Amino acid sequence: MSSQTVRSNLMALPAVAWLFLFMVVPCLIILAYAFLTRGLYGGIEYTPTAENFQRVIDPLYAKIFLTSVRIAGLATLLAILIAYPAAYAICLSPKRTQPLLLFFAVLPFWSNYLIRTYAWIVLLNREGLINNLLRWFGYEGEPLALLYREGAVITGLVYNYLPFVILAIYSSLSRLNGELIEASRDLGAGRVRTFFRVTLPLTMPGVAAGGVFVFVLSIGNFVTPALLGGGRFQMIGNLVYDQFLTANDWPFGAALGMVLIAIMIGLLLLQARASARFCGEKQEAANG
Amino acid sequence: MNIDFKAPVLAVDTVVKRFGKTVAVNGLSLDIRENEFFALLGPSGCGKTTLLRMIAGFEVPDEGRIRLAGTDITEQAPEKRPLNLMFQSYALFPHMTVRQNLAYGLEMEQLAKSEISARVEEMLKTTDLQALAGRKPAELSGGQKQRVALARALIKRPKVLLLDEPLGALDKKLREKMQLELKRLQNEVGITFIIVTHDQEEALVMADRVAVLKDGSILQCGTPQEVYERPANRFVAGFIGVMNFIEGEIGADALFRAGGEVLACDHNGLKRDQKAVLAVRPENIVLKSDGTGIAGTVVDVAYHGLDRQLYVKTTLSAAPLQVRLAATGAAAAQTGAAVSLGFDAAACRIFQD
Repeated sequence: MSSQTVRSNLMALPAVAWLFLFMVVPCLIILAYAFLTRGLYGGIEYTPTAENFQRVIDPLYAKIFLTSVRIAGLATLLAILIAYPAAYAICLSPKRTQPLLLFFAVLPFWSNYLIRTYAWIVLLNREGLINNLLRWFGYEGEPLALLYREGAVITGLVYNYLPFVILAIYSSLSRLNGELIEASRDLGAGRVRTFFRVTLPLTMPGVAAGGVFVFVLSIGNFVTPALLGGGRFQMIGNLVYDQFLTANDWPFGAALGMVLIAIMIGLLLLQARASARFCGEKQEAANG
Repeated sequence: MNIDFKAPVLAVDTVVKRFGKTVAVNGLSLDIRENEFFALLGPSGCGKTTLLRMIAGFEVPDEGRIRLAGTDITEQAPEKRPLNLMFQSYALFPHMTVRQNLAYGLEMEQLAKSEISARVEEMLKTTDLQALAGRKPAELSGGQKQRVALARALIKRPKVLLLDEPLGALDKKLREKMQLELKRLQNEVGITFIIVTHDQEEALVMADRVAVLKDGSILQCGTPQEVYERPANRFVAGFIGVMNFIEGEIGADALFRAGGEVLACDHNGLKRDQKAVLAVRPENIVLKSDGTGIAGTVVDVAYHGLDRQLYVKTTLSAAPLQVRLAATGAAAAQTGAAVSLGFDAAACRIFQD
């Protein structure tokens, strides 16, 4: 091992140690819990069993998994559909104003996640801003029940994670060689065909990175469904939360958590592989 | 030169393009003939690339018109114009193979699948790219990318092919090979080529006609021989090839004087009694053995194989004059030697200072 390798390994040591102690070790503990039996009043008993994982595929819980996937999927799709035009507009704006626009895009991050989510309750509830505005414009009927339904949860998730997606797509778009778009026009493709044949395929790594980010954070989220969903329906995050804190079934909560982690790792690996495949091409696109 | 004097395939008519306060192209007019290999030559910032981009449709002129085969295309979208551009960066689509890059332009014309693949295969053959058809641009060398970019533009059978510094990214050896290759290909496909370059040698070797641009205007337009042998002004004279400049004046007798010597040259219609510059190429100065010429001292000798470049200090100019001699006849010309120079008066040009 050369001295440089030794040195670079040493430099990585604090981060690796941190991740190992506070990420890998807890995950292993939870993994161990998942194969043990629940204690009578919470905690665990050291009797090995695979029963927890059998319960995960119980239709009752499978349904919650599917609901989570649907909500996270819709939030991801919506976030991409909103973020792509926004990132494109930022890219098209003058070079000098781009940092400012990006700053505005991430500005919501400067406030606390909980506060941002509570703000949506203020906006969406029966006496909230949106219903008041409707009334002000002459709407006479019953106030709209916007809060405590799936739409509210999706809205909250999209709102909270949108900046990530804008940043990810922006970074892909800004690295795209503008001459590729001109080349496409020159070869006879109009703006729309150029977008779908050249721009979109070449910025897919950014779309995928942003999308996976939203999906992974959404599917495991429990704050937003709890606040904006009003506990009327559950996502996996809430289920795991309940197992540990309400139902006192730690091993089952651990098993659910492990399945969730497995899904996330799978998605992240897929995304990493896709972006590695694109990497050489992106380089090419940047250099022309 | 063997040029058919047909109607211009491309007419640029007093085009002006401004960027803010900068005038990139300044009332420029140009007629380009069918099947011509035309070079736009000039230093960077002379407006040649802006002109090319206006012809391709990526910029719209502020004033003036551009006509292609009689049709006004000034404001037409780039995808509607029957001409193609080969980008300096090649701009190959990185997510497509060579074959897909070539097919792209034909797919946009919505041709039948069978016709597309037939034309792609034919073009792969013409440009000797068959072995690389399945590769992505990242897996190609610079020269190969250049061929793909050319093939992708040519496959559309454009009325005019625009080439933006097509050989700029290649090394010298490959560049020289590709110059001839491009010329051969242009003959073969019979398409009008307009090439933008800052490399005067490239323009002279390849082009049927050259337009020398500076500050958004054409200074001179003619065959390579014309611009080399009869440059229209001092800038063109200095920009193309190697040139010696001798500052002096035209006397009342219409003769050019510099450093106390009288040089009998054509005064180029300039007024008498004014300052002037004489331009003479290194190959138009000879060493005289009878001692009747202008006295000088050899300060440097550069050996180029085929010939030698002598740097001769004289009283005519501050900078030493460059004199080109065949390598064989230059044995006497050693550094420090006293020599006597004679000018080929017919090849000298005199410009206003």
